[in-house]
Amino acid sequence: MASAIAAATAPPTAAKHSVLLLRRANDYLAATLRARYRVLSFYDSAAPLPAFLAASAAALPEPPRAALVVGGGSIQIDATFLDAAPYLRCVVTTAAGLDHGDLAECARRGVLVAGAGEVFSTDVADHAVGLLIDVLRDVSAADRYVRRGLWPVQGDYPLGSKLGGKRVGIIGLGSIGSSIAKRLKALGCVIQYHSRRPKDTVSFKYFHDVISLATESDALIVACALNDQTRHIVNKEVLGALGKDGVVVNIAHGGNIDEAELISALREGKIAGAGLDVFEKEPVVPAEFFSMDNVVLTGHEAVFTTESGSDLCDLMIGNLEAFFDGRPLLTPVLPK
Amino acid sequence: METTASSTADESPLVLLVQPLFPEFAAALAGRYRFVLAADADPAAAAEARVLLVPGLAPVTAQHLARLPALELVVGTSAGVDHVDLDTCRNRGLSVTNAGPAFAVDSADYAVGLVVAVLRRVAAADAYVRRGRWAADGDYPLATKVSGKRVGIVGLGNIGSRVARRLAAFGCAVSYHSRSPKPSSPYTFVPALLDLAAGSDVLVLSCALTDETKHMVNREVMEALGKDGVLVNVGRGGLVDEPELVRCLRDGVLGGAGLDVYANEPAVPPELFGMDNVVLSDHRAVVTPESMRGVLEVITANLDAFFSGRPLVSPVQLCTLNKR
Repeated sequence: MASAIAAATAPPTAAKHSVLLLRRANDYLAATLRARYRVLSFYDSAAPLPAFLAASAAALPEPPRAALVVGGGSIQIDATFLDAAPYLRCVVTTAAGLDHGDLAECARRGVLVAGAGEVFSTDVADHAVGLLIDVLRDVSAADRYVRRGLWPVQGDYPLGSKLGGKRVGIIGLGSIGSSIAKRLKALGCVIQYHSRRPKDTVSFKYFHDVISLATESDALIVACALNDQTRHIVNKEVLGALGKDGVVVNIAHGGNIDEAELISALREGKIAGAGLDVFEKEPVVPAEFFSMDNVVLTGHEAVFTTESGSDLCDLMIGNLEAFFDGRPLLTPVLPK
Repeated sequence: METTASSTADESPLVLLVQPLFPEFAAALAGRYRFVLAADADPAAAAEARVLLVPGLAPVTAQHLARLPALELVVGTSAGVDHVDLDTCRNRGLSVTNAGPAFAVDSADYAVGLVVAVLRRVAAADAYVRRGRWAADGDYPLATKVSGKRVGIVGLGNIGSRVARRLAAFGCAVSYHSRSPKPSSPYTFVPALLDLAAGSDVLVLSCALTDETKHMVNREVMEALGKDGVLVNVGRGGLVDEPELVRCLRDGVLGGAGLDVYANEPAVPPELFGMDNVVLSDHRAVVTPESMRGVLEVITANLDAFFSGRPLVSPVQLCTLNKR
């Protein structure tokens, strides 16, 4: 329905604004963009990035004043990039925001930034809770067991562990962390968290550092951004503090967990299990995980459902339109 | 704990067992009651026994009950008691107790786990990644959103009401079908199962198995639920026409299923093993170490109440169960 509206109200060709596309676009996004804008697509050009940006300066009818990027992707909107594209006045990202360094550079130049808002939050939260239930109650492991025909032969799969009453420590209480908290409360879990600063709008117990959080939690859920402070925020010490009955769920970024230490901790029984949607070198997943029954693995899909893809596209288009119309961005990251 | 002769030295109340107790239960109840396996009971014990304890889901038939003239109470250890001949119990005026709410929370949690696992293809994606296919073949196909799905719950008792509350927190729209509406419930009551199925994306079964509910989920209901619809069953296998379920899944008439219970456990229709849109579990929804302790508390409470003449803790309503 959104694409019908987009097609119906698209301006005539001559009046189309130019837009830089710095991400691979699925059919829906590509079609919707091309209906409304003159799209300069990096991944369709053969040029290296600096040449592409220089050539874009000569685009007609005007250089692209807005760019679509993928959060956590390989293209950094840093000083080098912004210097090579001085015509750029607005960046629309699929992530919640940009890296802090990049954000500072954009702020310095007065470049507007629009993020994904809460478009992903519910799907990521649903998946995170699904992973937690799966790890604690062995949903996928039991499914494998039954599929292999072992139930009649070997009897019941071993007992899982109750969710109710578990103390769940959430690392990062933004829109995703809060959505996770809401679901886990209904499941009878005790919610506590660590984030850069305590949030006075919530009554959950706040921990100043991750080790204290881990020490007093039965499960950790990583839901924070990836930056210099949060790289390997779950490390050997944190896993040790979590303990042999503890589980960890990661729906944030592979880099938030020291993957090698996680593998050791699981191998040595230092923690009880893990639910992982993200890895340090996707799509490569360490083979050591494949033989572990107390681990649940999914391929970076927390964020993607058939519905969220189009929700995100609609939001990105909405932000672009707002920018070109001179209206406030729908989901601004800058200005704050 | 189990003796084959009535012992005059032992003053503990006599409790007959349909099958041996789980070791944890036996250990916890030792010394409080005198347990005798019904099959081994001598005529004196059989004539005297007022209580029959049913560990697990072993059938309790009219013949079993006929051998116990002094029987007053059947203590179940499960949520569902369809393995007990309830007609005979009702006719003889026997009381029957079940596990009460002991299993309700864990069962509800597992039902939610199955809903998410089926909609978001968690188990299938896990199998895909585990086989190294993510690196080799690219992303697993997109699954569908959980939030915002219309959920229909069949049976809004201990388990169903908890499933409702959990899925509401996921942003699902919850409606229910049951024998009668629950005025205190905030969810929408739908009088006909077929209408509930037609108006739902996910149907969760959490009701008792009775003559009325047997095979209540038939082809018509599954067609109404539809090619994008998902069936989750944590009730009893007998609630669903299982061969028809397999056909509907195979032919794409029904979108997917999460099954904890089956018609002939532990036999699971092998056609399901190759299906990615199905999540299978070995009747484990209720079981965690904590819920086992919970059930033990309920059993103990019912036995204590009975032998001291106090009201039972978790009696099953026999007079309404088989009425329509």
